[in-house]
Amino acid sequence: MLHIVNKSPGERATFESCLAHARPGHSVLLIEDAVYAATKGHAASAKVKTALGTVKVYVLTPDLEARARAGTVIDGVVPVDYKGFVDLVTQNPRVQSWL
Amino acid sequence: MKIGVMVNEGPYQRQSSDSAYLFCKAAIGAGHEIERVFFYHDGVNNATKLTEPPQDDRNVVARWTKLAQDHGVDLVVCVAAALRRGIVEQNLAQGFRISGLGQLVESAIQSDRMVVFGD
Amino acid sequence: MDEAGIIKKFLFVNRKAPYGSVYALEGLEVVLISAAFDQDVSLAFVDDGVFQLAKGQNPKAIETKNFSPTYRALEGYDIEKLYVERESLQARGLAEEDLLVDVKVVSTAEMSALMDEMDVLISF
Repeated sequence: MLHIVNKSPGERATFESCLAHARPGHSVLLIEDAVYAATKGHAASAKVKTALGTVKVYVLTPDLEARARAGTVIDGVVPVDYKGFVDLVTQNPRVQSWL
Repeated sequence: MKIGVMVNEGPYQRQSSDSAYLFCKAAIGAGHEIERVFFYHDGVNNATKLTEPPQDDRNVVARWTKLAQDHGVDLVVCVAAALRRGIVEQNLAQGFRISGLGQLVESAIQSDRMVVFGD
Repeated sequence: MDEAGIIKKFLFVNRKAPYGSVYALEGLEVVLISAAFDQDVSLAFVDDGVFQLAKGQNPKAIETKNFSPTYRALEGYDIEKLYVERESLQARGLAEEDLLVDVKVVSTAEMSALMDEMDVLISF
């Protein structure tokens, strides 16, 4: 399953809730304001690091670039472009957005 | 692959409509079919032709219209949500059509994937 | 309808509280329509979504329609699979007896497993 999160962890608990429901082997894609969670020094990045033990985490590069965070992605998180976003949707049998 | 898309937020206030549009464009570019884009909740506000953004800003509504014209994407606006928000045939932008919620369920049945964008 | 014969597993995931935004109300409208398509429909109530099912809602003074009785009417539409997450209830001071309709209370792990069985997940 692909989980899509779009809210900053500082604004809403969707990222946390998503991680609580993601099962081993699932993929989590961070878009829009959720990209902050995967950046170095962010309070939420510790949760991302822990999650990386069981799930794959991706982050949308155009949203990182817009927010001046492109160079700050923590190790283990995979940056993707919109084409990569589409590939994640087609490669996973089901998609869930955490709104 | 056939992909259905749902947009639940209006233009400009949130990034949802931009993200959905860029996703659709990338999916079409990768050879997939965007079966339908269904606009619900405040997402119906993406369909008003009265939108007039400043010159140096993107025109979210016109972009959707162009996607429909260039790639035959079916842009459906939920009638109940639209009536609540004053979106009617008279102010409907080109490329959009107003129909029922059944179109969303039907799209989910017929598509291989359903991707929801919203708040 | 040309999709006759295809039966997909739909999960409508309710994660937002009622009244503060329109998602709960308009989400319910989608659920009701889905009943006409003979699909395998389930509802999940997670996080603030559990507040949608609280007994005793009275939005009269905020001049808003009380749509909560509709959850009790879902049975008449053959929508009987309502799952509520135990941890979400507990974190909000709610218990099963505070809910206005019969539901199946499940753990976070069970909810995750349920989500993983679905074909279509539409979240509000």
